[in-house]
Amino acid sequence: MSLTTSTLEPDLVPDDGGGRDPMTSGSLDGAPMWGIRLGSIALGLLGYVAFGSVNWALWAVIALATYMVATLLVSRVVESPRQATDRFAAAVMTSAFVVVLFPLFSVVWTVIDRGSNRFDWEFYTSSMRGVIGEGGGGYHAIVGTLIVTALTAAFAIPFGLFTAIYLVEYADGGRFAKAVTSLVDVMTGIPSIVAGLFAYALFVVLDDVPVLTALSTGVGHRSGLAGAVALTLLMTPVVVRTSEEMLRLVPNELREASYALGVPRWKTILKVVLPTAVSGILTGIVLAIARVIGETAPLLVTVGITADVNWNPFEGRMATLPVFAYNSYKFPTLPPEASIDRAWAAALTLVILVVILFSIARILSSILKPKGLK
Amino acid sequence: MTTLESPPSDNDSAFDEPVGKAGDKVFFGLSFGAAALILITLAAVAFFLFIQGLPTFTGDGTELDGDGSFFAYVGPLVFGTIYLSCIALLLATPVAIAVALYISHYAPRKVAQTLGYFIDLLAAIPSVVYGLWGITVLAPVISTSMFPWLRDNLGFIPVFGSDVAIAQSGRSTFTVGVVLAVMVLPIITAISREVFLQTPRLHEEASLALGATRWEVIRQAVIPYGRSGVISGAMLGLGRALGETMAVAIILSPARGYFWDVLTAQNSNSIASNIALQFPESSGLEVNRLIATGLVLFLLTFGVNAIARRVANAGFSGADG
Amino acid sequence: MNRPAVKHPNQSKVDTPVTESISALQATQTDSVVDPNAPVDMPNRIDVKDLDIYYGDFKAVENVSMTINPNSVTALIGPSGCGKSTFLRSLNRMHEVISGAYVDGSVIINGKDLYGPSVDPVAVRRKIGMVFQRPNPFPTMSIADNVLAGKKLNSKRLSKSDANDLVEKSLRGANLWDEVKDRLDKPGSGLSGGQQQRLCIARAIAVEPDVLLMDEPCSALDPISTLAIEELMLELKDAYNIVIVTHNMQQAARVSNRTGFFSIEGTGKPGKLIEMDATEKIFSNPSKQETQDYVTGRFG
Ligand SMILES: Nc1ncnc2c1ncn2[C@@H]1O[C@H](COP(=O)(O)OP(=O)(O)OP(=O)(O)O)[C@@H](O)[C@H]1O
Ligand SMILES: [Mg+2]
Repeated sequence: MSLTTSTLEPDLVPDDGGGRDPMTSGSLDGAPMWGIRLGSIALGLLGYVAFGSVNWALWAVIALATYMVATLLVSRVVESPRQATDRFAAAVMTSAFVVVLFPLFSVVWTVIDRGSNRFDWEFYTSSMRGVIGEGGGGYHAIVGTLIVTALTAAFAIPFGLFTAIYLVEYADGGRFAKAVTSLVDVMTGIPSIVAGLFAYALFVVLDDVPVLTALSTGVGHRSGLAGAVALTLLMTPVVVRTSEEMLRLVPNELREASYALGVPRWKTILKVVLPTAVSGILTGIVLAIARVIGETAPLLVTVGITADVNWNPFEGRMATLPVFAYNSYKFPTLPPEASIDRAWAAALTLVILVVILFSIARILSSILKPKGLK
Repeated sequence: MTTLESPPSDNDSAFDEPVGKAGDKVFFGLSFGAAALILITLAAVAFFLFIQGLPTFTGDGTELDGDGSFFAYVGPLVFGTIYLSCIALLLATPVAIAVALYISHYAPRKVAQTLGYFIDLLAAIPSVVYGLWGITVLAPVISTSMFPWLRDNLGFIPVFGSDVAIAQSGRSTFTVGVVLAVMVLPIITAISREVFLQTPRLHEEASLALGATRWEVIRQAVIPYGRSGVISGAMLGLGRALGETMAVAIILSPARGYFWDVLTAQNSNSIASNIALQFPESSGLEVNRLIATGLVLFLLTFGVNAIARRVANAGFSGADG
Repeated sequence: MNRPAVKHPNQSKVDTPVTESISALQATQTDSVVDPNAPVDMPNRIDVKDLDIYYGDFKAVENVSMTINPNSVTALIGPSGCGKSTFLRSLNRMHEVISGAYVDGSVIINGKDLYGPSVDPVAVRRKIGMVFQRPNPFPTMSIADNVLAGKKLNSKRLSKSDANDLVEKSLRGANLWDEVKDRLDKPGSGLSGGQQQRLCIARAIAVEPDVLLMDEPCSALDPISTLAIEELMLELKDAYNIVIVTHNMQQAARVSNRTGFFSIEGTGKPGKLIEMDATEKIFSNPSKQETQDYVTGRFG
């Protein structure tokens, strides 16, 4: 096994001059295994000769199958049956991993490749107002996405954080706390489109209440606010879960130290517990934002789409990046290529936003981590 | 040391002065209120979906297409939802387990960390992006390279061999199943990796000390320990696939009815995708009907998630021993 | 052993009067025998009466009555699990922080019952500070902020110079000043274990309590840090009423004026105060056989 050889000092490994030594049974390690791997890839290329064109799928299938079978057979001959099974298993895992990399890299590459057609100044500075055909951009959708996401965060962060504080700092394991915990689980599983339908249904009813007409969301019950309500339903359980986890990691000794100084409970939570957990909580919140920023379905039914910038989340339809991407692709204007390019540019923008949020989370978690906690 | 002595006189009545009582009340009120709001919110979700879905049953059915029967309407959608999700799960789970094992037990530690991060990132890529990728890249590729091959060589399996022509566009159940598999894979992988990494080192080392190979360690110590975690991860993935909307709405070419064939242009739509496609153009009772199907979807995912949690809890308490 | 003047604490509690003046008088009488060095006027003397301490249904400590003198060190010893920590935490109402935990009985200081109806536990803890077994500086705060934590978190406005003075005074009081004065803005968790513990002591005395409770403050420390903290206790006792729980008999003998011995009959049974007396007496000539067995190492 590789474990044995790699942990021994090279000069301690007995040089057996080609003979089989049970202590260095990893005789296929290194060059021979790479030989098998590269050979398999080369063999996959033969498909090119046979069919006269590059069939990527076929290449991958041949190469991976060869890799697995060759590993099994060679190891069986050179080493032992147990070793062969072990190597075969490793080959299967590695192949599975390689197989998965194909679609995943393809997704990333496609977004970059297609999105770059309209990755230009105009896309980020103009809306679709009065645009027919080429030109135009996603400025209005970016504005909408930022407004709706900011509203969502403004609702979901205090909502989720205080719920987590209740569960960790106040709840005594009673029935109420148990009910809240399991309902947070239920909330985690709400399909995003259902969250959208709920917000829609809610605002249909609210808009009919005479007192609330001032808050009316206007035409067709669509508004940025309704979208934010839907997304809040999706983001809150994520915030609760991660915050709860992080708060539970704060050692009880710190709370007791604070109580022993005569600090009231709420100040202890605010000034001792939360600062200690802040890096994990913020990381979780940023990741939760990354999850909801690309939600399409709930916004499709609650916010709709328009061609122009709408700065008012309380009234009327709004464009958002995911719905803009979907709509531009599904209902292209002529020429369709221009529309589809805009869809991909919106998709690329979304992915960039997600990556930025992930990077922020990463940086936050490393700079805010209290030095004393491991 | 006398400098430290505090004047004894100001002790006398100090204990009776309440300290920060108001702050405590407010803070507790906010926390308790937020927790209570969770209950209220869920009650509201059920309530509003219910009252907005109800007119489907009480209203004038002639306003609706078809025979107006809700169950005739929702049946194929439920079938489509479950069928698509199961295909996705069938494709994704074995691969996800293998990838999770690769990350937890084969990849070097540094690489494993980066991969874990990458997998998390992929789970956060918006579904509309996967949808666009599926229709633009995947559908043409597999409809030309894989569909004919599947029909010709695996045609004896009923779902592949059909008289209906295969979808040239690739907008079929199979393609959607693959895209959904790619989407849920990061979720299942992330959860499986987590439980595999939690395998007590003692078990693994006990196994290694007996001279087991790496694969034998995995088979004897890691998989038995992680089984319930993997199952609940798969169930969570299933829950995610059931509710997945945009990828299906973008890629699938839907038809009304029950269709088992996975390579054709006639496919049962999923509930979520049907809502997304119909909702913007619906009005009146049609909207109520869509909301009612949403309620059905909610119950479906609720059931699946409940099972997932039960499996996870049962498994972990058993694995502790 | 048979000196009639020696009163067992269990007896003295019976006639501890309620009013302060008589209580002080009584205390003088009782303690002048037990601890001849104790001052005559006794602010901050603690009288514990018939204290039962519970964790939910489980009674952890039963019927403790004792007097704790000011300006001295009182040590509590006893086998593991007999309720020393539980008892100590009930002296500043830290016990009830654990859910379901409560006490029955009274703890009187300066004529006020800590468990009286109008008493705010938070205020109690400002007067009766506590140092824990494991050093627990706040990881998010610098050394200076750790010292100031009690004041700052209680929203006391401190001018810059007052704050600096308080930091220096408290750190000097904890014998830590010279070691950390150049890195006051560095995290407190970057110190050694012994330094951290002294930082926790500085943090506790910065809020200017009257009583300092210490639960095995040296058990996580090396001999040299232990010595530093023992010396510190001997200095601090001039200003504070110190109660320390320890498993280390030598330590109890070295630093304490009076010692209380707790014991327990068996698991699930409540712990009890067996006897309490001048430290020399407990270690040389205790009145109870159980105590004798424990201090000579013949326990269990
Ligand atoms: N949080 C708690 N909940 C329930 N029971 C507790 C709790 N803490 C302590 N106990 C119980 O109370 C009894 C006394 O515990 P305590 O910690 O006071 O003992 P101790 O004398 O300090 O022991 P040690 O010398 O080991 O620190 C023990 O039986 C213990 O199991
Ligand atoms: Mg203890």
